[in-house]
Amino acid sequence: MQNENLVQISFFNQLMLVHPRKKQNERSEASVQVSEYFVNAEGTGDKVNLSDLLGTVEKTSGASNKTKKQLRNLQSSKETLELPLNKQQTEKIQRGIAYEKTTAEVSCWKNIILQNQKAEQMVFPLNQESSGPKRVEQVVAGWKVQTPLEQEIFRLLHGSRQPVNDPVLTPVEEQSLKAMSLEEAKIRRAELQKARALQSYYEAKAKREKKIKSKKYHKVQNKAKRKDFLKQFDEMVKTNPEGALEELKKMELSRMEERMSLKHQNSGKWAKSKAIMAKYDDSARKAMQEQLQMNKDLTQKMVVPSDDEHESIEEGLETVPDFVNDPETVIDPVNPWMRGQLTHEEPEVSCVTAEEVQTAEEENEEEEIIGEFERKRKLRQADEEDLIPTEEEQEEEDEEEDVSEFNTLFRLMRSEKTREGSNQTRGGLNTAGEEDEEGLLSEGQIRVRSIEDLEVLDEVVEPRAIEEPSAPQTAAAEATSEPPHKKKREINLKEVLTKEAKAVRLPFLPTVVDEEERDEQISIIKEAFAGDDVISDFIKDKSRQEAAGRPAVVDLTLPGWGEWGGVGLKPPRWKRKRFRIKTAPPPPRQDQKLPDVIISEKRTASVASHQVSQLPFPFQNTAQFESSIRTPIGSTWNTQTVVKNMTKPKVVTKLGAIIEPMVKEDFIKSYYTLVTLKKYCYISCLCSWYCGVAC
Amino acid sequence: MAAVTPEVLTSTHVEKMKKKKLPKRYWEETEKTDQSQRRPEEEQGKAGQNQNKSTVKEKSLKRKNGESLEKKDPFPGEAPIPQKQLQKFQRGKKCKVPAGARERLKEAIAISEAMSEHAQKQAARYDLLLPEDAGFLEGDEDEDTNTISQADIADAVDITSGSKYFNLHLSQFGPYRLDYSRTGRNLLVGGKKGHVACIDWQTKDLKCEMNVMETVNDVKWLHTEAMFAVAQKRWLYIYDSKGVELHCVKKFNDVLRMQFLPYHFLLATASATGFLQYLDVSIGKEVAAICTKMGRLDVMAQNPHNAVIHLGHPNGTVSLWSPNQKESLVKMLCHRGAVRSLAVDKTGTYMVTSGLDRKLKVYDIRAFKPLHSCFLPAGASCLSLSQRGLLSAATGEIVQVYQNVLGSNPVSKPYMAHRLRGQIWGLAYCPFEDVLGIGHGEGFTSMIVPGAGEPNFDALDTNPYRSHKQRQEWEVKALLEKVQPELIGLDPGQLSKVDQASFEQRHKEQIEALGFDPLAKDKFKPKTKKKGRSSAGAIEKRKRKVAHEDQRDEIRQSVQERTEREKELKEKSNEKKLGNKSTLDRFRK
Repeated sequence: MQNENLVQISFFNQLMLVHPRKKQNERSEASVQVSEYFVNAEGTGDKVNLSDLLGTVEKTSGASNKTKKQLRNLQSSKETLELPLNKQQTEKIQRGIAYEKTTAEVSCWKNIILQNQKAEQMVFPLNQESSGPKRVEQVVAGWKVQTPLEQEIFRLLHGSRQPVNDPVLTPVEEQSLKAMSLEEAKIRRAELQKARALQSYYEAKAKREKKIKSKKYHKVQNKAKRKDFLKQFDEMVKTNPEGALEELKKMELSRMEERMSLKHQNSGKWAKSKAIMAKYDDSARKAMQEQLQMNKDLTQKMVVPSDDEHESIEEGLETVPDFVNDPETVIDPVNPWMRGQLTHEEPEVSCVTAEEVQTAEEENEEEEIIGEFERKRKLRQADEEDLIPTEEEQEEEDEEEDVSEFNTLFRLMRSEKTREGSNQTRGGLNTAGEEDEEGLLSEGQIRVRSIEDLEVLDEVVEPRAIEEPSAPQTAAAEATSEPPHKKKREINLKEVLTKEAKAVRLPFLPTVVDEEERDEQISIIKEAFAGDDVISDFIKDKSRQEAAGRPAVVDLTLPGWGEWGGVGLKPPRWKRKRFRIKTAPPPPRQDQKLPDVIISEKRTASVASHQVSQLPFPFQNTAQFESSIRTPIGSTWNTQTVVKNMTKPKVVTKLGAIIEPMVKEDFIKSYYTLVTLKKYCYISCLCSWYCGVAC
Repeated sequence: MAAVTPEVLTSTHVEKMKKKKLPKRYWEETEKTDQSQRRPEEEQGKAGQNQNKSTVKEKSLKRKNGESLEKKDPFPGEAPIPQKQLQKFQRGKKCKVPAGARERLKEAIAISEAMSEHAQKQAARYDLLLPEDAGFLEGDEDEDTNTISQADIADAVDITSGSKYFNLHLSQFGPYRLDYSRTGRNLLVGGKKGHVACIDWQTKDLKCEMNVMETVNDVKWLHTEAMFAVAQKRWLYIYDSKGVELHCVKKFNDVLRMQFLPYHFLLATASATGFLQYLDVSIGKEVAAICTKMGRLDVMAQNPHNAVIHLGHPNGTVSLWSPNQKESLVKMLCHRGAVRSLAVDKTGTYMVTSGLDRKLKVYDIRAFKPLHSCFLPAGASCLSLSQRGLLSAATGEIVQVYQNVLGSNPVSKPYMAHRLRGQIWGLAYCPFEDVLGIGHGEGFTSMIVPGAGEPNFDALDTNPYRSHKQRQEWEVKALLEKVQPELIGLDPGQLSKVDQASFEQRHKEQIEALGFDPLAKDKFKPKTKKKGRSSAGAIEKRKRKVAHEDQRDEIRQSVQERTEREKELKEKSNEKKLGNKSTLDRFRK
């Protein structure tokens, strides 16, 4: 009440400050002096100060001493409020925060934009109604089930949540689709990855700390942890009372356990040995005392929760998100991103069957088994080291157990993936009654569930298709193969031309060779072979061409400079050496090894204007680019479908349709509805997974 | 057969029974009733055939296992494509993604690879639509196919095929040159003494006939059967299919041989004056005129693969030409005597030449290497290669046809032979038909050569059965897809390669093409100033100021470089000196 009063007063003050000059004459209030002419308010224009009011508080007897004291303190305190940061700094901070926010907001668009950039074709407007088959409900509006038979059938169908009209998806499947889109799944997967990494760090850290042998260190550490935990608990009481309550319950549980067990009751092997020693050894006595103290502490009923090693350690480790420890319940090995506890996000899935319980049990069993294994291992270690387990060591062991829990869980994840898959199939066979919807589901079309299955189908075909024959280039090789003795230039050209030629047997030899004709032929032949210079001419021609191709030596010698001049005088050697400039020889001619061929070395500049002269962006060398354009796109070389596919436009817009800017909800939620038809198999596998989770 | 029928009947009966059953609904109870029904059937089956029984049993077993009732596709997925067919449509090598490539590069390569693979697969799939295959003449044991006469063949084959063997006795105006249109429907014959006729040779329908009253050296169809070119005594003439003279191209004189490049719409002519000229028939312009300096050009062939013109010369060489280069692309010495005839095969791989030295040579013109040569007693005056690689050679009055010439092993004997009356002047295979047309002194002979023509035609390119309308449409499309003459070269795939010439080279070419240097610096032009400061003397002074600017720049640069080099040298020498220092040098002052 007091506080409230105070607040009111201060508020009043503020009001007064805000409107200080307001005329208050018009207020009508009861006062001691009542004027005849106007209503008078005593003390108008004065501010009401806090101190004025406080004076009365002092006198009033009703107010509690505590508030009075507080008020007095308030009056006497000289502390001033801190100045607010100056404008620049506040703005800077605000800008920083705003930047982070906007980057977070904008970065969620990154994926979709990248996807759209990569897409071979974009069809605008983006979220078009699919042209595929629609449900009867969508097409026929206002149709009702009328006859009792129909009613019954539909009741049955709806009861079992079967796909009544839409042959593609059951409601459960649709729900599962809505539950998570690919984007979300990806994000989730990234989170999981991060968490796993974190976990490994923690593991490493725990291991490292565990290795430290100093007892004192551990003591200090534990104390610190306890303190920390207490602090956290206090905070939790304020902020999260429910959480605190749970903590309390946990503590209660641990207390109960402690009371039930004989752990700290000086009845163990170690304690007995210590008891014998206690007479003579001070430290042993002390240790026993300590243990008893521990027991006392643990069994004490407290308002303020006492410390507990287990919990403090757990608390320390709880900074790791707890879904890390959830075993992977993924049936499908294809979708590694579909991990984590999705069932919690899906409250609609009502049917929790016996199967899940079973799996949970199995989990527990396995944990137990592994725990036992761990214990045995430790025992063995202890034997080996021949050490007496002290109190501290026990604590250490507890810690280690916590760490090993991570490891075991991870091992579990892997093992359970496969097991649950097998469970799933078993469940399909075992189902009865409530589960029959699942059985029915499986009875429908055989679905290609995963991409892997598809690949398997492909693989059936491909080995037949990809039988590598070694035959292809025989013809070409034969064609290009040449007599081996022709490879060198030294071969005589005459030999090449006058090579043995096989005579061909003729069926009809010209029966009569006219005298005239014969003469003619002889003369022609004579003419042809008049000189053997056909060959020598050719060789000359070739050497001329070669010479023309060679770069000329530039002679810059000036006769008469620095020496005697005159007719018939040659420039000296040094001058020739110095002033005759030779250029680098050109690359070897194409016809270097072909004696009877002259190939022109001139570059054809005419094609160059049509050629690509600079390598386009993503390619690193010409070979890559050339191979990327090696397949022609014209209809002369391709089938119609291929041409259409190759030349399809990058952007397609529907005539007359308004292209709205992309909305965030569009691409995150309805991503699947767009892709539904394309990636049906993927979805079906998703669905099966969800059903597996639900049942 | 009769004994088996009853069982067959029963089996069919059983199947009918099965078919009658209603399709199973998911709400129905699972198949207890079914099994009771099936029992008697099974027994029936046992009584019947063994095979039948087993099948029924299998089915029942399946049912018992509770598996689905649907039939399984025994051949799931797409039909496999034979590797051979895939190989046929392979284009180039696949590109591998280099290690450590960028994401964008990976994507680009992946997309292009997927695309080309898809295209290849589809093409291989559609190869199914080319069902026709060529046949060959096969003789009995110890019977040479070359002894079978044309009359026998014509008698043996069906009437339509038999009618493809015929003779046209035109002894007056011979000898004849000839040309088939690209579709193979129309034949053009031109007699040396001026007789020109075009015929639809299958129906024997004479389209036009005339005498140009001049020597005719060669005749050639242009892109359609509506126009043809005739190389006459002086000039080149173009007529339409009715025989109306369309053009007299006086730029093309003394033409001896012609070739038409269908995809470039170019008519290449070789003249007696040694000129090789190209006429673009779509725009009617001369594209190039090259002086070969090789004398009279009366041997000519084209390479259908890359549209390069091959010319044979009296000095035994064969030269290859494109309209883009003033000198021959390749010149190869083929014969010791003059080259008499030339032929290039459809794929552009082989060239067959015959010379005055009475040799027949086969060359691989990708490597420019001879594969083999053979000696023909009479020498071949005319050569022609069919679409499927049959070689016909005219030796005097005899036409010989050789099989498997295009390969590494030489031929020994002809596949077919046919004797004619006069000297042979022209030889040509009819496209898409097993027919060889022979123009000779006594007229024209159409000869049946089994296995000569390509059995499958591309109806979008050359359709022998096309209608008038289709021809018009094709013409428009072909004109739109016309290949520019600049793209003619030895390598037709040049266009798909990156031009790797250096900047200087390109710049040089640019200067050559433009006639000036586009990147040259402008000459300094002093501004006009007022108040007498733009007098001639002042301008000269100002000019002199900048006259050696460029030179100065160069000198400055070279000097700078030199100083830098010297500095470096100094430093190096200093280092050397330091290296020679003794340890006690540090105490020295």
